[in-house]
Amino acid sequence: MQGYHPTLTSPGMLGLLALGGPWHWFVRNFVHTDQHSWVWWQFVRRNLSRGREFSIPDRVLEHLRLTLLAVGIGLLVSVPVAVAVRRWRWLEQPVLWVTGAIFTIPSLALFAILVPITGLSTTTAEIGLVGYTLLILVRNTLAGLDGVPEDVLEAADAMGLSRGRRLLRVELPLALPAIIAGLRIATVTTIGLVTVTLFVGQGGLGQLIDDGFHRQFPTQVTVGTVGCVVLAVVADVTLLGAERLFTPWSRARSAR
Amino acid sequence: MSAATLSGSLLAACGPGHCGIATYLAEHSTWSGPDSLPHRLVQHVELSGEALLVAIALALPVSVALGHLGKGGVLAVNISNVGRAVPSLAVLVIGARIYGLGTLPAFLALVVLAIPPIVTNGYTAMRHVDADVRDAAAGQGLSGVQVLRRIELPLALPLLMAGVRTAGVQVVATATLAAYVGSGGLGATVLSGLVNNEVGPEVVGGLTVVGLAALTELGLAGLQRALTPDGLRRRPGRQPMLADAIAPDLG
Repeated sequence: MQGYHPTLTSPGMLGLLALGGPWHWFVRNFVHTDQHSWVWWQFVRRNLSRGREFSIPDRVLEHLRLTLLAVGIGLLVSVPVAVAVRRWRWLEQPVLWVTGAIFTIPSLALFAILVPITGLSTTTAEIGLVGYTLLILVRNTLAGLDGVPEDVLEAADAMGLSRGRRLLRVELPLALPAIIAGLRIATVTTIGLVTVTLFVGQGGLGQLIDDGFHRQFPTQVTVGTVGCVVLAVVADVTLLGAERLFTPWSRARSAR
Repeated sequence: MSAATLSGSLLAACGPGHCGIATYLAEHSTWSGPDSLPHRLVQHVELSGEALLVAIALALPVSVALGHLGKGGVLAVNISNVGRAVPSLAVLVIGARIYGLGTLPAFLALVVLAIPPIVTNGYTAMRHVDADVRDAAAGQGLSGVQVLRRIELPLALPLLMAGVRTAGVQVVATATLAAYVGSGGLGATVLSGLVNNEVGPEVVGGLTVVGLAALTELGLAGLQRALTPDGLRRRPGRQPMLADAIAPDLG
């Protein structure tokens, strides 16, 4: 018979064998799944509703709540601080030094030091989470405010705007792209960090990872990990959309 | 909590549910044995040091090569954003599921997490070298390797080191978390304090970690300054600090 007669050691067959391992692994873990697979789809489907013991949406919402609170408070603190630094320039070095020092404190250590004071609570978690957003948010807000052209400020002054109005109607809107760029980094960082707050009784999706780790049930670990990544991507894209929505002038410029 | 109850719980005697700082520091087991603070500190430094060195050995040559050739920029720049979105805890737990509990999964996870900041900073550092300077060097007849060795590397060194510094601080922080998968280190002290509700190990362990992270930051910053060529140091105007541009991944 003419043609190709594959044996076990012919190149095509070796290739198939090499693919067989990964393929088998993939099927076992993601197609025909059970409790030992990386994802047991039945478990995921069963816990898609709220209020269950291992509910996935409950953890996602908790994760989102901790993140939004941290980034929101962080923004409320950072913008006034950046405005103050614009006014009193000597504040710049101390502010950047302090926020930078907070940033280098390992999260678990910070939470452990706070626990004797604020207990296993949302407060402990938020003090840490807010602290880590400050460096990014202050620096970006400051860069945005510093980037407003001098002649724009002079024009605003010439139109008779008070300092407060100039800040609200000219400087902050023009600094918005830089502020939102900071918000994006801060939000993605915080979403990752929230998992660590599981050690102070919070954790959001981190609780799923913890639970899966202790019960040796990988599905929860996978759901927690993928959930964090998806949340981060969704948050990033949403903020990018918000930037385009709130700064129509930059959109018009890039469209031309 | 009022100041009185706070200082009360901080100094309380060791017992079930309570172990004050003073009592913890006075205990014999704090200073000798496998759970002692010095032993945990040595474990922590060893694990972090080894992971950082391996990550540097893997990531620095790749990022320098990519930056020199100007290839793979999208990957090099975005890898640290992806790294930021994946929680360190998840990397540790997944490592433990594959390789079992202990130092091995922790070591591998630390290496994996330290690579992105080094690659991104390294690539950006090489790309930041003034194109005119590079052209002038090539115009004087320097070969590609000579341009790399004598022009690009010295000029990129401060920012390259900024990436190593970011990665170093991050490795020390994540090594604390790694105690969760049984790697030991100071994280084990902190976690035992949190689990048993003992103020002593919580606060003393936590402060030791903070001190170690600060020393790492200052030490690597000193190294960065020492390695910066004189010509760059004296240049007037604000230096672009990449540590400013690329924040480390904390989670």
